[in-house]
Amino acid sequence: MNEILEILEKNARTTPEDMAKMLGMKVAAVKSAVKKLEKDGVILKYKAVVNKELLREEDSGVRALIEVRVTPQKNLGFDHIAERIYMFPEVTSCYLMSGTYDLLVVVEGKSIHTVSSFVAEKLSPMENVRGTVTHFILKKYKEDGDILKQPERSKRPAITL
Amino acid sequence: MKISKLVQQIPPSGIRVFFELVLGMKDVISLGVGEPDFVTPWNIREKAIFSLEEGYTSYTSNKGMIELRREISRYLKNRYSLEYDPEEEILVTVGVSEGYDLAVRAIVDRGDKVLVQEPAYVSYGPVVTICGGKAVPIKTKPDNGFKITPSDIRKNYGKKTKAIVLSYPNNPTGNSYSRKELKGIAKVVRGKNLIVISDEIYCDLTYDFEHTPFPALPGMKERTIYLNGFSKAFAMTGWRIGYACGNKDVIAAMTKIHQYTMMCVPIMSQMAAIEALKNGARSVAEMKREYARRRGFVIQRLNEIGLACHRPEGAFYAFPSIKRSGLSALEFSSRLLKEEKVALVPGTAFGASGEGYVRISYATSMERLKEALDRIERFMLRTPGKALPGPRYSLTNGR
Repeated sequence: MNEILEILEKNARTTPEDMAKMLGMKVAAVKSAVKKLEKDGVILKYKAVVNKELLREEDSGVRALIEVRVTPQKNLGFDHIAERIYMFPEVTSCYLMSGTYDLLVVVEGKSIHTVSSFVAEKLSPMENVRGTVTHFILKKYKEDGDILKQPERSKRPAITL
Repeated sequence: MKISKLVQQIPPSGIRVFFELVLGMKDVISLGVGEPDFVTPWNIREKAIFSLEEGYTSYTSNKGMIELRREISRYLKNRYSLEYDPEEEILVTVGVSEGYDLAVRAIVDRGDKVLVQEPAYVSYGPVVTICGGKAVPIKTKPDNGFKITPSDIRKNYGKKTKAIVLSYPNNPTGNSYSRKELKGIAKVVRGKNLIVISDEIYCDLTYDFEHTPFPALPGMKERTIYLNGFSKAFAMTGWRIGYACGNKDVIAAMTKIHQYTMMCVPIMSQMAAIEALKNGARSVAEMKREYARRRGFVIQRLNEIGLACHRPEGAFYAFPSIKRSGLSALEFSSRLLKEEKVALVPGTAFGASGEGYVRISYATSMERLKEALDRIERFMLRTPGKALPGPRYSLTNGR
């Protein structure tokens, strides 16, 4: 994988100057490589990874994974119905799956009630949607490679030969 | 109690006071650590836990579990085209430290001399002394990155010289040897009929070229005791497990000592090591890429700050000259610790030839490295040295 991406995926705030030192490149070369990645849409955006487990309950919200079975449309396959679904701002992720259902839709809302009404009022009544199964997330341990607890202090002695 | 004369010959460590100072201080950013900042990869830890659950709590064969020795043999063959028979030519040891001790005890008679590089890791000389031998320091020079040259060996060779200790990539200098440089050493070694103890614990952390194990050189396998282990590349320092390879006579001799002193390496560490060799390559590659980036960052920052530093070829250490500060290595380290709360190791911890240098370990996160180097810069700005800026080394890295 592109090493610039590997660095930025770990810490998006790494400066071009630091990356240049780390990779033995010129600063200008790093900058233009990053710009190209941004222009090509490989880097979509930079954002903070927030551990919502640490927020007050009313701010942390709830999240559900919803299995959706749909009837694919002629000529359009699953893409059209997927778009109808993922355009809702409540939907944080949407995947076409292999296996016993078609779309896996991740929905986030303020409360169980918000999510339920999204499923009942928006998702299920959609034409082509044949059925849904909703799983609420009870606790998050790890998300997108990040373990959601403060790292423990290093156990190494501070000086060894 | 009357302590043995041999042990009394070993001088007490000159920097213990400094070490205690570091350990007693809070909120220090430490660049003084000789082990990875990564925790052992989870699959390896999980395997050890599972093996305990399954009841693997017994002794093993003295030489180590045959499954592990087979994995080691396979790894050395695939990675370095080294051929060692798992039955008779491999011994699993409690880290390279024990492997080195066994090697020296197996070959050194009273009065024998062993050539040991300086600066180098601290145990090489004292172990020779304990065995009644004499360690002869080869004082290496900064101009060629503190490497042993064929002429160094010739100059320090004497009638009673029996062996030479090589250690590359090197702790503390981070330097390693290219195949060409090793061939030069091999030629003299053959000419002088020396045994080579080659400590290659950092071999998987070689950045600019392919590591060449000493026994892989033509004619060297027979006269080399090859030491390696899991501590550095697999981040397994606390497991205390390594291995020694050599011809069956020397491995049999080493096994004899090992069976009376250590019996065997703890079985859970052996189980973990099997997993490391089977499924650890990806983690090693990931950690190595991370170290390589930190190396690039640290070396460039040090040279910017005016602490001239060659580009180390392996391990996770930089060994910059601090001559520009006008301070001794110990003064520099002590003042930096007190004034900026950054810990590093004075070069003199690794022998007198390390004066004027400090060891910086980049086995710590980028965030902390950045902060530490900013503090070192601040320190240097108010420490006007008497000497002029040191030589600026080439920073190209062949990318």
